[in-house]
Amino acid sequence: MVAIQYLTIISVVVAFAAMIIKALRYATAPQSMRWELYPVPHEKGKAEYGGSYLEELNWWTKPRHKDLFNELKEMAAEVILLKGVFNHNKRAWCSSWPFHFGLYLCIGWLVLLLVGAIAESTDVRVTAYGGTVWQVLYYLTAGFGYAGLVLSGVGALGLLIWRSSDAAMRKFSSPIDYFNLVFFVVVAVVTLAAHLTADPGHAAMRSYVHAMITLVPVREVGTLLMLEIVLISLLIMWIPLTRMSHFVAKYFLYHSVRWEDEPNKRGSKLEKVLLGQLGRKIGWGAPHIDSEKTWGEAVTEDIKHE
Amino acid sequence: MSNQDIKVKDISRKTDQLFTLDTKELPKLPYPYEDWEEPPIGDISETKQAKYETNLDGIMNVQVPIPKTDAEKEQLVAKFLVGLRKLLSKDSNWTFLQPLMLSLDNCVKCNTCSDACPIFEASGRAEIYRPLFRSDILRRLVNKYIRPGGKLTAKFTGADIDLNWETISRLAQLAYRCTLCRRCAQTCPMGCDNGLLSREIRKLFSQEMGIAPSELHEDGTIKQLTTGSSTGITPLALADLMEFTEEDGEERTGMPCKIPFDKSGADILLIHNAGEFLSWPENIQAFAVIFEAAGLSWTLSSDFVGYDSVNYGLFYDDTQYARVTLKHAETARKLGVKKVVLGECGHAHKAAMAIGDRIWLGEANIPRESCMVTLEDIVLNGKIKVDPERNYFPVTVHDPCNITRSMGIIEPQRRVLRKICPQFREMTPHGVHNYCCGGGSGFAIMQSNNFPSWRSMVSGRKKMAQILNAFTREELDPKVNKYVCAPCSNCKGQIRDLFNYYDIWERCHIQYSGLVELIVNCMTDAKEGFIDWEEFH
Ligand code: SF4
Ligand code: SF4
Ligand code: SF4
Repeated sequence: MVAIQYLTIISVVVAFAAMIIKALRYATAPQSMRWELYPVPHEKGKAEYGGSYLEELNWWTKPRHKDLFNELKEMAAEVILLKGVFNHNKRAWCSSWPFHFGLYLCIGWLVLLLVGAIAESTDVRVTAYGGTVWQVLYYLTAGFGYAGLVLSGVGALGLLIWRSSDAAMRKFSSPIDYFNLVFFVVVAVVTLAAHLTADPGHAAMRSYVHAMITLVPVREVGTLLMLEIVLISLLIMWIPLTRMSHFVAKYFLYHSVRWEDEPNKRGSKLEKVLLGQLGRKIGWGAPHIDSEKTWGEAVTEDIKHE
Repeated sequence: MSNQDIKVKDISRKTDQLFTLDTKELPKLPYPYEDWEEPPIGDISETKQAKYETNLDGIMNVQVPIPKTDAEKEQLVAKFLVGLRKLLSKDSNWTFLQPLMLSLDNCVKCNTCSDACPIFEASGRAEIYRPLFRSDILRRLVNKYIRPGGKLTAKFTGADIDLNWETISRLAQLAYRCTLCRRCAQTCPMGCDNGLLSREIRKLFSQEMGIAPSELHEDGTIKQLTTGSSTGITPLALADLMEFTEEDGEERTGMPCKIPFDKSGADILLIHNAGEFLSWPENIQAFAVIFEAAGLSWTLSSDFVGYDSVNYGLFYDDTQYARVTLKHAETARKLGVKKVVLGECGHAHKAAMAIGDRIWLGEANIPRESCMVTLEDIVLNGKIKVDPERNYFPVTVHDPCNITRSMGIIEPQRRVLRKICPQFREMTPHGVHNYCCGGGSGFAIMQSNNFPSWRSMVSGRKKMAQILNAFTREELDPKVNKYVCAPCSNCKGQIRDLFNYYDIWERCHIQYSGLVELIVNCMTDAKEGFIDWEEFH
């Protein structure tokens, strides 16, 4: 294997490790208090106006009807269309949607390259001719690649312009924000240039992925393609190390907080977990709190105040 | 420094006052208040200024004592850092660590939340009141001073801030320029919650440094946990008060207005905000008349703390919150009731039902229900007789954020209003997207210094505009009596102050009260005129 292949391996490993660590950090945080925010989409028949099961008389005696389909629909609209941004910030959406959707297409492109590379490990050839499913894969890969790169590049550029031209946005933008967006624009431009000039059908890129999965040294790649691979590898590694990996957190923000309305019924598993929390040491140092006590002791003692 | 020039890192500037609100810059109110001129917000007395910090905006609701020496300042800054670490600890802050981390780590600084915040908008977009301004101070402090390597990378990662006494004293005040209404959170595409972050900042100051508004702490939770109620009403005084309230209620309605206490084994324990006992006894009477007429098995408690559903801990301190709510749970357990019904108080609902869902445990995990739901059952299922024509006047409803946005209780109160108020109409926006009354998170009870002016002019401004816009020009004529139904004790306090400040009864004949008052006003078995327009407002 050659150096850039090692770089690619390192970047993929770092990226996955960083995402897993991040997810674990949130997933292993202690069971917290309830803090949902309506509308909650799984509230059957009520989500549309933001209602909850607490609207029912003696709600604890009634079976809960969770509308998981609606929740999925809401999630899909959020992920694919960025519904929240569209509803509340159209200016941002005009750049943010192409950027995000472009990235999804780019991920699709990488996956299709991988599928092609796996196929080519057998006798198959993924080419522009032949009228087989592999021809379809050929065009699909190129289509995802070009569309994804153009959309994400244009989106990143739009975000960059917005961040730097809007007075309020500028105040809250830091060097890293500009750096990240410039990084995306550069990757998109270099990758597009590399393919348009040297690898229009993405065959060389597929060979690179093939070399990666079979762990054999890659054949000679041109300068632009080499630059493309280096940049993409660095980007893949960089994203999870910054807050751009918010897609991991967003799952928790929605499912563990915003939409988390599971009632704590007497004798439930949740109740046991919560009882356990009361054994934690309270630690706070203000005069009205005895820092050495546990939560359970501190909040049930009778308050003495001079 | 001009408003537009203020940046987050200016929070540490060594100036007397970072920002002065120019009341001429406030957005205009609608008809008939287009020409209403707001006076400047008054100054704080010199004695107070010498004692407490006013270095943020010259407004005072939280009293931050001025340290006497530089050494003392340094000590306090160090203490703040200790508190910040505890805020991020699994033991000290298990209660909210997960949502806190999520909101701290994942803001993409898109500013979408700004346009949703009534305070930011109604202040004429004062930079320091921008939701992101406040939360970014906390975020930067964590990133720079707590995260490993934070200081090295601060400039690049945007954690550009200095930690000194100015920073933390201003942050304490800034945490009390937000009503925790969470309207911003609803629009955040990431799901970050600036309201939650304000509350976490308040917690740090209260739980580690002992700094909190006296109305919430000494005269709030401490008083409640030592006398039984934040109003100071003791169980003994309550008995006297209720005797009079019953008699008066019977006289006004011509109906039985029995207020039962401590009936062991009753189906329902009703808990009121004790503010009602003093300020709005008609609310207590109306509940009694309705529950009695519907034949419910119900009781109030005279148990220590058990008769006051107030829980100001919800606004600033998890430990105080837990102490109070566990007293409520204990009261319910001792009485052996089937359920607890929360009266017309938004934050009491949230304290006992939503957040309380995670701390009323074991034997004390008694089911809790909103009075909106209990009342809907009574009115819509014909358990009392009503004549909607008695409520033939324009009525609109204010949605308490805690009941709607934080709990999803939207329709029950509306179904009642649609049935009993022929001229009911909505505000825009309403329900889960409502604007806070401006008195949230304890603001409504903060009556000292120059804060009430700020509350009327700034935090209540959006609500004031919404209320006016709910009626037509013709209806706004003082000859037409109009009613704002505000089924929350805190909201009523704020709306009362707003209406007084804007002299709304004289100018427009709009008055406010709760939901139960409207119900009793149209009960066919009751004497007419429970709503006494001249007296109520
Ligand atoms: S809190 Fe949400 S809406 Fe506000 S700036 Fe951050 S990401 Fe944007
Ligand atoms: S919680 Fe309400 S008052 Fe506070 S920042 Fe958000 S919108 Fe503004
Ligand atoms: S006072 Fe009323 S409207 Fe305002 S935050 Fe509380 S519940 Fe919401």
